[in-house]
Amino acid sequence: MTFENNIAITPQLVADHGLKPEEYDKIVALIGREPTYTELGIFSAMWNEHCSYKSSKKWLRTLPTSGSHVIQGPGENAGVVDIGDGQAVVFKMESHNHPSYIEPYQGAATGVGGILRDVFTMGARPIAAMNALRFGAPEHEKTKHLVSGVVAGVGGYGNSFGVPTVGGEVEFDERYNGNILVNAFAAGLADTDKIFYSRAEGVGLPVVYLGAKTGRDGVGGATMASAEFGDDIEEKRPTVQVGDPFTEKRLLEACLELMATGAVIAIQDMGAAGLTCSAVEMGAKGDLGVELDLDKVPVREEAMTPYEMMLSESQERMLMVLHPEKETEARAIFEKWALDFATVGHTTDDLRFCVRWHGEEVANLPIKELGDEAPEYDRPWVEPARPVPLAVDDIPQMDVADALLELIGGHQLSSRRWVYEQYDTLIQGNSLQRPGGDAGVVRVEGHTNKALAFSSDVTPRYCEADPFEGGKQAVAECWRNLTATGADPLAATDNLNFGNPERPEIMGQLVHAIKGIGEACSVLEFPIVSGNVSLYNETNGRGILPTPTIGGVGLVPDWSRMATIGFAAENQPILLVGAPPSWGTHLAQSIYMRDLFGRKDGPPPPVDLAHEKKVGDFVRKLIRDGRVTAVHDLSDGGLAAGLAEMALASGIGARVNQLEDRDPIPVFFGEDQGRYLVTVPLDPQGEAFHELLNDAAEIGIFAPWIGSTGGTELVLGNARPIPVAELREAHEGWFPQFMAGTID
Amino acid sequence: MKSAVVVFPGLNRDRDMIAALTKISGTPPAVVWHQETEIPDVDLIVIPGGFSYGDYLRAGAIAARSPIMDAIRDKAAKGVKVLGVCNGFQILTEAGLLPGVLMRNASLKFVCREVKLTVANNGTPFTRGYNDGQVIRCPVAHHDGNYFADAETLARIEGNGQVAFRYAEGTNPNGSINDIAGVFNEQKNVLGLMPHPENLIEAAHGGSDGRALFSGLLEQAA
Repeated sequence: MTFENNIAITPQLVADHGLKPEEYDKIVALIGREPTYTELGIFSAMWNEHCSYKSSKKWLRTLPTSGSHVIQGPGENAGVVDIGDGQAVVFKMESHNHPSYIEPYQGAATGVGGILRDVFTMGARPIAAMNALRFGAPEHEKTKHLVSGVVAGVGGYGNSFGVPTVGGEVEFDERYNGNILVNAFAAGLADTDKIFYSRAEGVGLPVVYLGAKTGRDGVGGATMASAEFGDDIEEKRPTVQVGDPFTEKRLLEACLELMATGAVIAIQDMGAAGLTCSAVEMGAKGDLGVELDLDKVPVREEAMTPYEMMLSESQERMLMVLHPEKETEARAIFEKWALDFATVGHTTDDLRFCVRWHGEEVANLPIKELGDEAPEYDRPWVEPARPVPLAVDDIPQMDVADALLELIGGHQLSSRRWVYEQYDTLIQGNSLQRPGGDAGVVRVEGHTNKALAFSSDVTPRYCEADPFEGGKQAVAECWRNLTATGADPLAATDNLNFGNPERPEIMGQLVHAIKGIGEACSVLEFPIVSGNVSLYNETNGRGILPTPTIGGVGLVPDWSRMATIGFAAENQPILLVGAPPSWGTHLAQSIYMRDLFGRKDGPPPPVDLAHEKKVGDFVRKLIRDGRVTAVHDLSDGGLAAGLAEMALASGIGARVNQLEDRDPIPVFFGEDQGRYLVTVPLDPQGEAFHELLNDAAEIGIFAPWIGSTGGTELVLGNARPIPVAELREAHEGWFPQFMAGTID
Repeated sequence: MKSAVVVFPGLNRDRDMIAALTKISGTPPAVVWHQETEIPDVDLIVIPGGFSYGDYLRAGAIAARSPIMDAIRDKAAKGVKVLGVCNGFQILTEAGLLPGVLMRNASLKFVCREVKLTVANNGTPFTRGYNDGQVIRCPVAHHDGNYFADAETLARIEGNGQVAFRYAEGTNPNGSINDIAGVFNEQKNVLGLMPHPENLIEAAHGGSDGRALFSGLLEQAA
């Protein structure tokens, strides 16, 4: 076959590689000559937004990333956090947005595969997964097809691999019509003294290729993911990879067996930009050069060019630097699992990334500069406009019971059962709380009473209205959801999904959201230990809602003292802990306004981080002290939705008082932050009850007794009683009917 | 009770099964790799759930042709008890050790939820821990659990008391004929079932209805 490596590099070819003319000039200056075709491909892979974070790096550096529990912050395959007893939780969230829109099943499946690999590359066995999914408007012609494909893809991969999916989000908004979001989270468990990193050490050591063979799938995927979409989207399907969970499962077992032998010096999974990115990262981090011989790379297609091999994003592959004396032992493990094991190169001391093919040198580049010297931009940004608050008397009226039924049976609040029943939520036998509560909780295997809690959160409409407050809220809600189970929030991963950063107003959203996230993470002592940035989520010039998804992990020291959301028994007082004097006030950006009145104006509810922390710490202590029987934080849909969800989770109703002289709409549907509903097994006339209220009052927390559990109806003040069965019908009805096409 | 768990590449509930057997019997099972040709002397052989060979071709089809299957067939013929759960059930039907087939779920979707099961025949070592007609809770998690057998086979297994469990109270999650969730071979020493009793054995699972299946076997062996 013929492959012409030394073709003329035209401006068009440079543009086709997603590189700007000035970036190309920088390449020429860096290497002192024109790059070869393969080299151009390598630069395009390393310098695209997805791999280089060139637009966001400046701002990501401002995030708090350390803390007493943090073993490894951002910069590795995943973050690592100490959970005591010599164990660590290893986790990260990553987007697979662009591929999932082009080919939903494979896009979502390989998103799950990629994040699982990030976790087990570090020596951790995956124990939990979550998926934050955002689709276009329900009525958009592509939405059902995308929901169906993405959910099947997430399930198809995760179920076969064998990790429980314990949480996530599914939301709809027309702003995702042309760019859906698939943010996959995975967490694993490892021993703190057996964490594996990507930094290579030692000269002349074998670089070993592991796993599946290389094909042409995904060539140029990372570059595609760093561009906007136009109408030519169908032409991009070949850039989407194809997942093979069976191979991934074998790769997991083989890698963990291999790691146990002590053979691994450094290991890196092949994700975006495959062989290129993994080899460069291992070498650059270890201040070593890498020489690869592509004739040794296991391929599954004939006549692959070096360009294709370097840019392939074939899945289920790893690259490793091996202790040479362990090679026989290592090879035997991979043969047992019927996986490829090939020495494809070695480390060098010249800091060059050298690629040979058919005896010819097809690339020879400075390895540090490929990564470290990637362009970094301080892109211009503008201050987002601050929304004008709603007038005090601007409260559109609706019957409280009707409003609740419509919201709980609408696309935002309805049950996600249709989705999560397609995921294996209980494999591994450790799932203590499955989807449908505030957070997923998984028992730490081998430990008598420890568990880990996981939650994924962001409210994009808040971020759109005020990126700074929205960024704070995403962190606060995640922290609150973990707290509501009784967990100590440990650390978080951020998945920042935005539009085109070359537009100053989008860059302004990114900058402000990061500032908000940073502030919340500092105050709540909830560091960011890993993350991912997905920009250019735009189609034909229209961006998505700014969506900085936060995936958080918390530690439950004793799961016998864990809280759940369902009302536990009849006749238990309900307290609204952390409430303002009138229980609820803030209607702007609520789903009451958006979904019932089409109103998207006004600021989101502000987050008072000091209040958040104080209230959360108080609620967590109540749970730990065994003083509460159910806990649920308030978010979308406010008090009414929170009560409904607690009733739905148990089948027990509740009767809640009406505040005198107050409009019930903001009371029941306001989305004020930092509030929890708790039930207590106490007589409201008794001493213990008053003691509890005093405990709250003493530290300045208002925790009004708003009503009691009981009966089969939910009664919100003076509104007509709603049978829990009627709530359930609405709540369970929307998703299956939507997918069956029986509602618009 | 001495037990062995057979592992094929792609199975993923092997760890769940090993944990359940260890917790209930107090002894960890022997773990047998699919390329081996012998099985140690045990009272119970278990093929757990998962996606052997990725369920490529047909669920269980490739695993059913593995070297270890001859050993399992021999042991079964000698009366050793064999339990196949989920993918294990699919493998046993593909291997001809159990009647019928497991087709794609009627919904065409993977389904993970809790169902109710009726104990259809408690006169076997596997089901003696339950009462006849007892309704128990049990989770399912599968894509291909839609049990089917032709009319003649169905009449035969129904007549022989070879139906072990049926989905109860309208909870059939996959379209299985006659609500069949689990079947025995003719001798009742081989059982295949789609639900996962190993995932409902302790407080952390929210119930322990699955436990009696294992503890019944344990009493038998003791």
